[in-house]
Amino acid sequence: MHPWIGAGHEDRRRILDELGLGSVDDLFATLPAEVCVDRVDLPEALDEGTVLAEMEGLAAANLEMGAGPSFLGAGVYRHIQPSVVDAVLSRAEFFTSYTPYQPEISQGTLQVVYEFQTLICQLTGLDVANASLYDGATAMVEAVLMAHRVLRGARDRVVLAETVHPIYRRVLAAYASSAGIEVVTVPAGSEGRVDLERLRAAATEATCAVVVQSPGFLGVVEPLAAIAEIARSAGALSVEVVTEAVSLGLLKGGGSFGFDVVCGEAQSFGVAPGFGGPHLGFFACQQSHIRQLPGRLVGESVDEEGRRAFCLTLSTREQHIRRAKATSNICTNQGLMALAATVWLEAIGGTGLGQLARQNLSRAEALKARIAGLGGGWRVAYPASPTFNEFLLLGPSSGEELASRLAAEGVLAGVPTRRWGGSWPDGLLVAVTERNSAVDLDAFIAALGRVS
Amino acid sequence: MRRRALREEPLIFERNQLRTLRQGVLLPSLDVADIEPTAVLPPDLVRDDVPLWPDLGELEVVQHFHRLSQLNYAVDEGLYPLGSCTMKYNPRINERTARLTGFADLHPLQPDDQVQGALALMWELEEALKTLTGMAGVTLQPAAGAHGELAGILMIRRALEERGERREVVLVPDSAHGTNPATAAFAGYRAVEMPSGPEGTVGLDTLDRMMTDEVAAIMLTVPNTLGVFEHRIVQIAELVHRRGGYLYMDGANLNAFVGRALPGRMGADAMHINLHKTFSTPHGGGGPGAGPVAVSEALLPHLPVPRVERTDDGRFRMLWDDPSSIGALRGYFGNFLVLVRALTYIRAMGADGLRAMSDVAVLYANLVRHRLRKAYHLKFDAPSLHEVVFDDNRQAVRDVHNTDIAKRLLDYGFHPPTMSFPLIVHGALMIEPTESAPPEEVEAFCDAMLSIAREAEENPELVKTAPHTTPVRRVDEVRAARQLKTRWTPD
Amino acid sequence: MSVPGDLKYTRSHEWLRKDDAEVVVGITQYAQEQLGEVVYVELPDVGRNVDANEEIGTLESVKAVSEFFAPIAGEIVAVNERLADEPNLVNDDPFGDGWLVRISASEDGDLLEPEEYQAFLEEESH
Repeated sequence: MHPWIGAGHEDRRRILDELGLGSVDDLFATLPAEVCVDRVDLPEALDEGTVLAEMEGLAAANLEMGAGPSFLGAGVYRHIQPSVVDAVLSRAEFFTSYTPYQPEISQGTLQVVYEFQTLICQLTGLDVANASLYDGATAMVEAVLMAHRVLRGARDRVVLAETVHPIYRRVLAAYASSAGIEVVTVPAGSEGRVDLERLRAAATEATCAVVVQSPGFLGVVEPLAAIAEIARSAGALSVEVVTEAVSLGLLKGGGSFGFDVVCGEAQSFGVAPGFGGPHLGFFACQQSHIRQLPGRLVGESVDEEGRRAFCLTLSTREQHIRRAKATSNICTNQGLMALAATVWLEAIGGTGLGQLARQNLSRAEALKARIAGLGGGWRVAYPASPTFNEFLLLGPSSGEELASRLAAEGVLAGVPTRRWGGSWPDGLLVAVTERNSAVDLDAFIAALGRVS
Repeated sequence: MRRRALREEPLIFERNQLRTLRQGVLLPSLDVADIEPTAVLPPDLVRDDVPLWPDLGELEVVQHFHRLSQLNYAVDEGLYPLGSCTMKYNPRINERTARLTGFADLHPLQPDDQVQGALALMWELEEALKTLTGMAGVTLQPAAGAHGELAGILMIRRALEERGERREVVLVPDSAHGTNPATAAFAGYRAVEMPSGPEGTVGLDTLDRMMTDEVAAIMLTVPNTLGVFEHRIVQIAELVHRRGGYLYMDGANLNAFVGRALPGRMGADAMHINLHKTFSTPHGGGGPGAGPVAVSEALLPHLPVPRVERTDDGRFRMLWDDPSSIGALRGYFGNFLVLVRALTYIRAMGADGLRAMSDVAVLYANLVRHRLRKAYHLKFDAPSLHEVVFDDNRQAVRDVHNTDIAKRLLDYGFHPPTMSFPLIVHGALMIEPTESAPPEEVEAFCDAMLSIAREAEENPELVKTAPHTTPVRRVDEVRAARQLKTRWTPD
Repeated sequence: MSVPGDLKYTRSHEWLRKDDAEVVVGITQYAQEQLGEVVYVELPDVGRNVDANEEIGTLESVKAVSEFFAPIAGEIVAVNERLADEPNLVNDDPFGDGWLVRISASEDGDLLEPEEYQAFLEEESH
């Protein structure tokens, strides 16, 4: 017996009697003996208190970011988490329900997703957004695959800026050969942006997609208008990747410049960093591409009595109907995380998001200014390049060593870039958000001083 | 039946139409110089539009989502017998452990020495899943079952490449879930459909004929989507291996035999496990899930990176590069906070609990089968494990179809079963009760189904016009597709 | 079941009407009934050369997708542009305004006479 199994021993006996069976084993007669075991070699059941203690022990063996000032970014950001977000997420009607295939009893989930889709459209400047994807990296892969399909498979090359997150680029590499796609990577230039001339040269009539990230991996903002034009001239689709979704509170989304797709990671919108997952991929594109859109989509309609009602739509793109010809093999999206983002954005408000984004900019600029005045081998790598809330910091030794010594001083100062190679110097990516107070900035500067 | 007035809840964009400024969330006070964006950023990149959505007070936001939540049915409300979805109880303790800040507030790029607890947790979950499947290795990276399928098929493809072979075909039974052929196609294979035998299982003769040296793998769901166990699985695996192919097992139906049988002994080379099905992590209204994949020795070298390794001194590290690996199929290591829930569940259930879980899941499905047989048609007579597939043949003579039956069930306060899948059963009703509910709940579901069968006989119009008591009636899905409206726009 | 006598048919439920050097192609009444309400039609590019029995497009309903095929070899010279906004024409008028494509025929195909198609339909429904 167990609290999470509904039938006790007497209940089971009663049911077996009704079925005319001697034991439960009789129901498993079709299993060959050679695949069966008497018992799996795992420990016995534990009471809640013991399980909790074990899990708390594992949690305590980690250094959580909140333990001290933290400036970690590089694709996963630490923003405010208003209490309402978790309160709504904890409602069983939201988290214990299934995909809304029966719209009559899922209007809650469906309306939330419709609101999410609308919010993503406004932030990206595009016409249609899906119900979410696994994460930013797979969202980018889906954009590339979509571009390939839209151009009927006639063009096999993808031009990818090196300033797109290295982890995203690795993930694309893992998918590319299966998809018959060749990836051409255009290096970062001396200003921490993609080299625009080399991007122009790389985009030919064999290119199906030009993919950039803004702000880029090094924190520098890209000239989206010029990049959209490069893609257009080559007859390729343009894809903007965004890893720091809060930037869209201050910066125009690629849709405003004619980008075909804006996609990426919306973890910044109320989703916990969670050691890498679950996160929240988002995907928006122009209306003309809607038939090739991957993932689930919620549409508006009416019910038999004329009431407004929402339902999943264009399901024929998806695997359960198209099977081998599906636009992608995604089944599950990240429904609960999309709910988190929707609550977060609606709680903070449209104007509130702009203010929050502006705080990010102000705090990052403040830290950059203080570093500029430090000397001692510390400098911002690209002082003349515009950034949002993240920048590359160079110091007296390697990024990894600096991170380690600063951590010993109680500051999680940034993510070392060396692991990723690339056309940039070895340093630390420093992210500054609304959670980094002036006291945090003081601690950062003081720690740099002690480590010099 | 809801006996309380439910107000229709507008879209958030329809609230505060005058867009008066209300305080949403109080931001941290700005203790540095306020920077004008156009002073440091190219002005053409800076937003100059009016936000589409309003600023509302906290209670207004809470009420918005509270009212929306009340429009949803959920596992916490009643039986959710969706076949192949395993809608079991989501234990509350999982929600506590997943929210521990020592897990939730960790950055994936923190150095190994700062995250030993997280790495240990992943290691322990991998070991537990290896034990439960009897297989050699596990990847925790895939975000969902379909994602796991892709990982499995790509590992198989890599193994074949290492052998210097290029095979073009993957065999998929006609009863398979759509993700199977979609995954095969995505991975560059041609998915060839294998007809099911008269019992709904794979015939060895059919397999013998179709298993050529062109075939890289066969994808099997065990038990299959009819809830029937492939009793010849060992011979199937042997035949596939003899001809140089691999066996991919879709683990969606693992709840049928976990704790009792080992896929490793069945000959599986790769099998995905849906943590949001078998291991109780919540469905969340459409995710997040997690789809770890267990693999045989043959595929071990090709597991995705990054992955956890144990060092000689008993500590853990994250391995980021491995030339034999298929690489990374998503950012980072997996849906970590979902993994936390699954390990919590496994520890709480224990070996005997996990076995009892499948025992009762199968017992309940057979109770449903026994009680509904007199009223509903059962196409395949073979024994059912954890799910049973009826169809609407008897009701169809009165022009009542599975959709109508499903909609009428909503009036009785139950979620309908899975419908119209598998494709080989026309008008299917795939029922999977799971082990969580008390017997009275499963019996009440049976009573409701029998009542609807009677209504289909005596008063078919009542069933055909259902549901009558839900927040909305049947939704015009044709209109949703013909007149696409996927976002709100100001008029 | 309507099976107009002035058309030819295929086993995949397309119909053909000769119009000088071109043929007009659509799907039959039976086919549109099986499909349910059509929400979208994917049509081939004008100018494409096709073989007999080659898949040239799809018809989508809410729950299913069905391919349709060229009954004869030739070049696609026109497609029914109205279907982009009015896919329901396939259901409402399958033999008239719900036509799909026009092909300039290069050869005759293996087609069924109306009586043969009628007989085929009777077989199918058993």
